[in-house]
Amino acid sequence: MCRLAPEAIARLERLGVPFSRIKASQSDANQNPSPFTLHPSLKCIAQRRMGGASAPRACYAQDYTGLKILHTLYDHAWHSGVTFLNEHLLLALEPHRAYFWDIRQGKVVAVNAKAIVLATGGFGAIYHGHTTNLYGATGDGLAAAYRAGATLSDPEFVQFHPTGLYSSNILISESARGEGGYLVNEAGERFTDELAPRDEVARAIFAQMQAGGKVYLDLRHLGKEKLEALLPQEMALARLHEGVDPTEALLPIKPVVHYTMGGIETTLKAEVKGCEGLFAAGECANMHIHGANRLGGNSLLEIVVFGEIAGKAAAAYAKEYDNSVPISDRAEALTQRIRKICDRKGGENLYTLRRELGDLLYEKAGIIRSADGLKAAQIKLNDLKEKLQAIDLGDSSLQNNQALVEYLEFENALLLAELLIDAALKRQESRGAHYREDFPETNDLFAYHIEAKQGGADGNA
Amino acid sequence: MVTLKIERNGTIEHFEVSEGQTLLSALYEIKEKYDTTLTFAAGCRASVCGTCAVRVNDKEVLACAHKVCDGDVVAPLRFHPLLRDLKVDKSQALQTLQRSEAVLHHYGEAVLAPKDAHKTERQSDCILCDSCYSACPVLAVDEAFLGPFALTRAYRYAIDPRESDNRSIIDAIQQKGVWDCTLCGECTAVCPKGIDPKSDILQLRTLSAQAGYSDPNFAAQSFGTPDFGGGFGFDPNGGF
Ligand code: SF4
Ligand code: SF4
Ligand code: FES
Repeated sequence: MCRLAPEAIARLERLGVPFSRIKASQSDANQNPSPFTLHPSLKCIAQRRMGGASAPRACYAQDYTGLKILHTLYDHAWHSGVTFLNEHLLLALEPHRAYFWDIRQGKVVAVNAKAIVLATGGFGAIYHGHTTNLYGATGDGLAAAYRAGATLSDPEFVQFHPTGLYSSNILISESARGEGGYLVNEAGERFTDELAPRDEVARAIFAQMQAGGKVYLDLRHLGKEKLEALLPQEMALARLHEGVDPTEALLPIKPVVHYTMGGIETTLKAEVKGCEGLFAAGECANMHIHGANRLGGNSLLEIVVFGEIAGKAAAAYAKEYDNSVPISDRAEALTQRIRKICDRKGGENLYTLRRELGDLLYEKAGIIRSADGLKAAQIKLNDLKEKLQAIDLGDSSLQNNQALVEYLEFENALLLAELLIDAALKRQESRGAHYREDFPETNDLFAYHIEAKQGGADGNA
Repeated sequence: MVTLKIERNGTIEHFEVSEGQTLLSALYEIKEKYDTTLTFAAGCRASVCGTCAVRVNDKEVLACAHKVCDGDVVAPLRFHPLLRDLKVDKSQALQTLQRSEAVLHHYGEAVLAPKDAHKTERQSDCILCDSCYSACPVLAVDEAFLGPFALTRAYRYAIDPRESDNRSIIDAIQQKGVWDCTLCGECTAVCPKGIDPKSDILQLRTLSAQAGYSDPNFAAQSFGTPDFGGGFGFDPNGGF
């Protein structure tokens, strides 16, 4: 990945990504010594040092690098005539076919393909109410791949960001601490080194919370002028989402789920192990790049580098593949299943259960874990799985049924929660983002990946 | 508690929700407590995905960035086919991205300076929330108008020093494009990202003029000549 990075950046540059720049006069002095000879058009791209890095390496586009890459690619996709099937939720995969729920039309759609690339993102949203991820990041692609025979690995490695706003989970960036902000408890005392690595800070905060206290970010001593100049975004977000003016009051925060390192086992050519014609890239895939804890900046690099590898591998595969696709018969069964869910009467509320699952994972399978906590979580999870069957959606419409979509996502969330808790229980050590208070040390007997495969015994690799 | 008045397929329904929260979390409160059929679009909760735009008291806002106020009237975006309640179909509006040729066409190696990056910093913050599209009065009368966000994007690529030939962009924004805008500024007023499509459109007019185009309306009015060919294309008598 690192070797391919300069070419990946060059490709984004050619596509028109609006990278931040440095002056040409600085570009030679300030850049890393690099084994690559770079054209001046690339040397002028600004780089910043990310947490854990020893030099400024990450190219960026203001504060919105991911967004700007995404939209630039999106513009190219429109221009090249790519067809988008918006509002199609992946239901199931089989060799050379994917089944979707067409949310608008309210029907199952089967799409045949010589090759399929999954780029469906992570599953941080299973920690509902405790994550910076969007609502839909419930691991739908992972769940479909798992049900189709793929292997999922490392689900226990979940990265927390130390400072999300307490009630809305909106991210307050590291720069708030970098500029000199303090973390304080209810007594107003500092209790940790604010600039320690993310996982350490997150654990220190969570320990305070477990002891029943609240934790705050104290920025007041920095002064209004400095705050408005250095952290304008953060100031606005705190006022809007938390109703707190950080120039005058303490800002309530908590660690929130940010990234899931685990995912679908793939080869370095992005092929999903065990599934013909299926490829995966990005947060949904696990190419063992991030280990047990991801470094800042690496997720964007991963999607750019392996997105290309997956695309090319899928294209090459499709060219070679000339078998006809099997005749579909699952659409009807999938439709029946969805009809039943829509018509079901029962006493459970989807949104209440979704919150309960999020709270459960956060408390028992989050930043600090233990055998007792994880076992309790397993019991409660089984309870939630039973309650799932009694959910009354209260909306029997097939078209544009948002509750139905959120129900199907919740099913996937429950599956991933189960795999996560199982793996966290098995890993009787602490490593990276996975911390067991009953096994606080890293133990090299566990220097392997925990894998899960449907129907099969969980394996070690 | 505050009362929200939500427009649902033409009728207004009242809901009591807790105060001090964003409109988006209030919509979920309604869904959990009163009515799971209430339909809206949502994603990031943090003003970056652009999914959740609606109209509150006749002004476009992001639901995740609007604090609920007592009596707020909430309605779906205009000029988009309504799917259900507050959820609209954006596919037609997004087609303007294709029609405006808003993309880097012919990459030419260029050494960019910080000031080059600053020039399109704002324009490239666009999250395609469609607020500006819904606010634009021209779209009320002409659904073929390219609309503000596509033109802002076209501008972003047209002035990119890496674009060695922006002719196809400039050509694409003449018909139902830069000259059809009334420069009313409604788009600029509602953009949650502080983007100013109106001034980008003005700049595009200058670029168009430099490329030999002229305002067809102006030409038609001042010289009384018929508006041939729909008012676009290179006009050799266009005042140069
Ligand atoms: S300034 Fe032009 S594009 Fe913007 S709202 Fe007014 S007419 Fe529409
Ligand atoms: S220009 Fe602003 S209002 Fe228009 S789509 Fe982009 S972000 Fe939304
Ligand atoms: S939910 Fe993403 S912009 Fe509002």
